[in-house]
Amino acid sequence: MKPPDYRTPRIGTDSDAQEAKLLQAWETAPGLKGFFSSVDHKEIGIRYIVTAFLFLVLGGIEALVMRLQLAGPNLSLLTPEQYNQLFSTHGMTMIFLYASPILSGFSNYLWPLLLGSRDMAFPRANALSYWIYLAAGLFLYAGFLSGNGPNDGWFNYVPYALRQYNPGLNQDFYSLGMVLLGISTTIGAANFIVTAFRTRAPGMSINRLPIMIWGTLTANAANLIVVPAVSLAFFLLWMDRQFGTHFFDVAGGGQPLLWQHLFWIFGHPWVYAIVLPAMGMASDALPVFCRRPLVGYSLVALSTVATMILGFGVWVHHMFATGLPGLGLAFFSGASIVITVPSAVAVFAWLATIWLGRPVITTAFLFFSSMILLFVIGGVSGFMTASVPVDWQLTDTYFVVAHLHYVLIGINVFPVVGAAYFWIPKMSGRMLDERLGRWNFWTMFLGFNLAFLPMHLTGLLGMPRRVYTYGEGMGWDTLNLITSIGSFVFAVGLLLFFLNVWKSLRSGAAAGPNPWDAPTLEWAVSSPPPPYNFAVIPTVASRHPLWEDRLDEEGAVSSIERGMLLDNGKETIATTAVDAVPDMVLEMPEDSFAPVLLAAGAAVLFVGLLLKMWLIAGCGAGVAALAMLNWLWPRRELREREASP
Amino acid sequence: MNETALAQPQKLPVGPIGRHGIGYWGVGTLVASEAALFAYLLFSYFYVGAAAQPGWLLEPAPSLKLAVPNTLLLLASSLVAWVGERGILERRRWQALLGFGGATLMGTVFVLVQWFEWKAKTYKLGTSSYASLYFVTTGFHIVHVVVGIVVLAAIFAWTALDYFSPRRRLTVSAGVLYWHFVDIVWLFVFTTYYVTPYLGFGQ
Repeated sequence: MKPPDYRTPRIGTDSDAQEAKLLQAWETAPGLKGFFSSVDHKEIGIRYIVTAFLFLVLGGIEALVMRLQLAGPNLSLLTPEQYNQLFSTHGMTMIFLYASPILSGFSNYLWPLLLGSRDMAFPRANALSYWIYLAAGLFLYAGFLSGNGPNDGWFNYVPYALRQYNPGLNQDFYSLGMVLLGISTTIGAANFIVTAFRTRAPGMSINRLPIMIWGTLTANAANLIVVPAVSLAFFLLWMDRQFGTHFFDVAGGGQPLLWQHLFWIFGHPWVYAIVLPAMGMASDALPVFCRRPLVGYSLVALSTVATMILGFGVWVHHMFATGLPGLGLAFFSGASIVITVPSAVAVFAWLATIWLGRPVITTAFLFFSSMILLFVIGGVSGFMTASVPVDWQLTDTYFVVAHLHYVLIGINVFPVVGAAYFWIPKMSGRMLDERLGRWNFWTMFLGFNLAFLPMHLTGLLGMPRRVYTYGEGMGWDTLNLITSIGSFVFAVGLLLFFLNVWKSLRSGAAAGPNPWDAPTLEWAVSSPPPPYNFAVIPTVASRHPLWEDRLDEEGAVSSIERGMLLDNGKETIATTAVDAVPDMVLEMPEDSFAPVLLAAGAAVLFVGLLLKMWLIAGCGAGVAALAMLNWLWPRRELREREASP
Repeated sequence: MNETALAQPQKLPVGPIGRHGIGYWGVGTLVASEAALFAYLLFSYFYVGAAAQPGWLLEPAPSLKLAVPNTLLLLASSLVAWVGERGILERRRWQALLGFGGATLMGTVFVLVQWFEWKAKTYKLGTSSYASLYFVTTGFHIVHVVVGIVVLAAIFAWTALDYFSPRRRLTVSAGVLYWHFVDIVWLFVFTTYYVTPYLGFGQ
């Protein structure tokens, strides 16, 4: 019989029978089959997190080796070329392979739980985006490990990146790897956008979204538009290097500055893309430990969006020293100064939340609250370099290195580790150790500031960045030694974090569904959550579904235990974009091998392009095309084609 | 005690009905990202051209003899694809097949004509920055047309297999949307490379 095209979803309460039925529909097969075919957002989220942390460790080791080389003047642990590859690979790793993917990992894991849904909007695209990220990471590291790592800094300026000056495969690995990674980021961005707008629990209107959703959504809306700029830049670079085109070389009528524009049109919005989701995590988690809702929810949400919009118009502040016309500099300097306003809104909202709340000092709280301090320091040094004359003095010195580490470690690594303390109990069902957590926090915090606070001075004293060594008697020796010691202390702190996670997984205290007594939906389900997340689809009536009893707000209360059953196979609900009114029943795809095959095909294609072995490239493209055809083939189960009568 | 909010919707569509489905949003995001890609390609042209020396345009008066008819052909193919979509909507399978088949064919002719245009150029990819921009930008577009042709051909085949109905046709609408995008973006490429030289840009 033909299944009906329209159905009134049955309403019911959570029961054992319901859970058993859903488990059968949603559970991933065990073993290798499940590993390669799973489309469960929780599985994918954890993979993202583990992979990104592995890259953090690799990038960290690279940094430590560099700090050994720079610990004193005239050391020769590394050759200049080795040093070039190390600092470039360190930047590439931290910015592209750690900072963004770690946030994708937390968002992937948490979004459907925060939104009261059963999966992301496009589960197979979600798996694809992870596999391509992994492939791109391996591709880029294959270059580094074979002595062909990037060697021109992470922003890779021409003309040094052109073949004439850089004949090896270094830049080809980097270019093609970045194009591949761009595919992953774009697919992920599309998925986050559609998920945020279409797969929320009924009642979760746009003014009830957790701030983390606002942050990640805003970041990914930007990614969707700006990632093509960097992919194109790297593609054109590869063309210039391998096919004799003239986009960037002056001799053929090209423009070296075109590279810088394309790179930073992407690069600056991207900087916000790797901090806004982390700021969102803090905005959601910090209030839990202050025992009150976030102060100024609407202002924080709007300032998140405002930061991104302004963020599109500040890219030239990376190019103040390139000789652009004064009027242009004035505009971008102004925009870069104005952008501090929405950032300050978030800072004051966090401070007010702590001030007006009753803070419970946990390790997570320490990480989130210290982020505020580090953000202010990094923000103020950014504000300084937004001023053109100051920037002319400071550009390409260690001052800028100090600034960007305050921003990226301060507003990415610190809140991410805080988020790990906060949410790992949800993922594993086990708490992290608070005592070890204190040691972890203070070692990281002191180590970080010991390493990077003096670095502002190093820069002010004129030490240029990206030099493999420096002479005696410049006044830089002690500062550099302190930075090197600090970086090792910071690394020990991070090690304590990983130790804590390992200990927790082995023997952590059981977490229970809501160990922090937190207000949002992810804490309404067991830890770890079942494959289907919610046995019934909840209906949301406020921003704090689990705190409604004590906040004593007017209006209806959320319904968690009772809701739509949606148990005819793998189903969830789609809601309208603004008001989150139920709109349609979504049939969700089964686990599939198409994503991993497509990613493998794409990886082979890129290897073929790198080696200019067109047969290999063609085979890769063929596999990818077949996987895509299989993927897009209209299916009855997904109601993409008419069922036979 | 406050009242409990509980969403109890009446009849809801199960899966995508018409173009109403999240897959359509997915293709929408893809189009947005691809549109940005072309914006950056054209930005590169104008950026390099604005600062170039006289003589940078290798074709100060580009020939419109092939380019204009070819542009019209591509635009017409969008219309033909739309007629195919209407065919699905009105359960006229022959019209749908004609529409998708016709659009596939017209797209293929467009690519062939583009190929002749390329062959007829007196300059090559590596001649200058203008040549590189011209070949890479039109090349990017050709690749998108080829992808669109494959999508249309698949939709043609699935229509022949009688997969779709007015209700279950999201794949068709999403594919046709992509084809419209490929055609519209060509107008921007065409204007940039074939029209702006006549308006004085880069002269």
